[in-house]
Amino acid sequence: MDNAAPPIVEVRSLNKSYRRGNEVVPVLEDITFDIGQGEFLALMGPSGSGKSTLLNLIAGIDKPDSGSIEISGIEITSLSETELAQWRASNVGFIFQFYNLIPVLTAFENIELPLLLTGLSRRERREHVATALEVVNLTDRMDHYPGQLSGGQQQRVAIARAVVTDPTILVADEPTGDLDRVSAAEILDLMDRLNIESGKTIIMVTHDPKAAEKAHIIRQLEKGVLNADSETHL
Amino acid sequence: MQILKLIFKNAFRHKLRTGLTVLGITIAVLAFGLLRTVISAWYAGVEASSATRLITRNAVSLVFFLPISYREKIRQVPGVTEVGYSVWFGGVYITEKNFFPNFATDAKTALDLYPEFVLPENQKKAFLRDRKGAVVGVKTADRFGWKIGDPVTLKGTIFPGNWEFIIRGIYHGARKSTDETQFFFHWNYLNETLRKTAPYRADKVGWYLVGVKSPDMAADVAVAIDRLFRNSLAETITETEKAFQLSFISMTEAIVMVIRLVSYIVIAIIMAVMANTMAMTVRERMGEYSIMKTLGFGGFYIAGLIFGESLVIAATGSALGIILTFPAAGIFGDSLSQYFPVFIVSRLTIYMDMAAGLIIAVVAAILPTRRAIKVRIAEGLRRIG
Repeated sequence: MDNAAPPIVEVRSLNKSYRRGNEVVPVLEDITFDIGQGEFLALMGPSGSGKSTLLNLIAGIDKPDSGSIEISGIEITSLSETELAQWRASNVGFIFQFYNLIPVLTAFENIELPLLLTGLSRRERREHVATALEVVNLTDRMDHYPGQLSGGQQQRVAIARAVVTDPTILVADEPTGDLDRVSAAEILDLMDRLNIESGKTIIMVTHDPKAAEKAHIIRQLEKGVLNADSETHL
Repeated sequence: MQILKLIFKNAFRHKLRTGLTVLGITIAVLAFGLLRTVISAWYAGVEASSATRLITRNAVSLVFFLPISYREKIRQVPGVTEVGYSVWFGGVYITEKNFFPNFATDAKTALDLYPEFVLPENQKKAFLRDRKGAVVGVKTADRFGWKIGDPVTLKGTIFPGNWEFIIRGIYHGARKSTDETQFFFHWNYLNETLRKTAPYRADKVGWYLVGVKSPDMAADVAVAIDRLFRNSLAETITETEKAFQLSFISMTEAIVMVIRLVSYIVIAIIMAVMANTMAMTVRERMGEYSIMKTLGFGGFYIAGLIFGESLVIAATGSALGIILTFPAAGIFGDSLSQYFPVFIVSRLTIYMDMAAGLIIAVVAAILPTRRAIKVRIAEGLRRIG
């Protein structure tokens, strides 16, 4: 680990398994690593290697069997469900493969959604959403519903929703997996810009080596184990 | 506000399913409201009864008469203000299908004891002057197109023969709950005729109407009246008008119970339909709820969305059902006015309709909400795509 930046994510001895009938299937085994402030990390590995599970654990939407995850000094594995929800609302921005926008809300309303959990006034929320729309260059599509937008545009709305609360980290699970080459490149450029210009720490799970090239560091997971020799600095 | 908007948008997202569920709730609430109105109509006489009126009847049965001589004795009981009397006449107008309640009564006292029968003063005078005069409720008058001065002939069933009357008054009810279908005429007319044709049936009344000074005295007066005639040939039972009316209803209690049961079954059925709708809805949206949970929305918000959606659907259906209950009750009441003289949708029925809608919404949302809250985010997210 030769990161220059101080760690913002500290993962220690993380284990996770799933139960399939009577059988216990280990998914992650003894995972330990750090992610520095402002890093852009790509997690790669074959299907079933546990990369999405690791991402979910870091994002606080799943709980490990053992081990710890400390993010910005907060031990998230010891938080209750309610505390974890509150923590996610203000610290994590999510970007999913299938965008996961609410279809009955416009682009503007989708982006505004996480802000409803903050104490911001309506006017302040509008300002934040307008800024996020500018970042993803979709101001002219703010009144469109997800069904009226292309895949790339929907993913940009999802990115705007992820950054609108100014979270500590951005997690992206196959963000280009459902996009054509041109749209995928646009999304990766946008994420790159967020990382460089806004200093966002990004953790991205991807199968796509081209997508991973945008990251500063690539880590490989194989059968639930983090390959110690796999850390690649780009 | 945004959450409220989301609730409304979600509720009408699957238009056909929501439309059919709303239709089902509308019909159920309409049926529930009508059945409750039928029950209210059954009890209309009880509701309209006065706490200052007592009924004295033969202790053996209502079909046995009481001597007219009892009147003066009852009048002397402390607390009694007035004593009237009536006989169930049971006359038929042309055919038995044209049923309406008709009585021979002590005209003057009856009008004093029943101030809820509102009769213009000139009609009242005309009625009291005419031995063959009759007063009829506005509903029955409208039903047969009778006007003041019209001759009406009733065929006697209990008292055989053709009995001719002249309509001298048409009364209106002072309250919505007042029966406006009754027909009453002078007991003297009946009695004088009986003296000639069937003397053994003359000078008798079906029951006495006893006015008391205050409701507090009713129990004591009733005991005192019955004590007067203890060990006589015709012992009496005196009870409040309400108890008297209830004694009729008790004969048909089983029917009322069945109607009440059916009304609850209707609600139970639609509750199951609504629960199914909500279960399908939540199963389809599990991914979206997981997204919201991911964004930091807790169980309280998710529950609010599901309960809110259930409430919007149930409230829409219930509101439509309540609105439709009024015209439906009007049609129902008109066509069955001979059986249900008072058929009005009461405020209590509306409250019960609302409560039914609320219960449907809440019960239908409980299990789907529990499931949506309990499901792990990662598992919920796997359902997308």
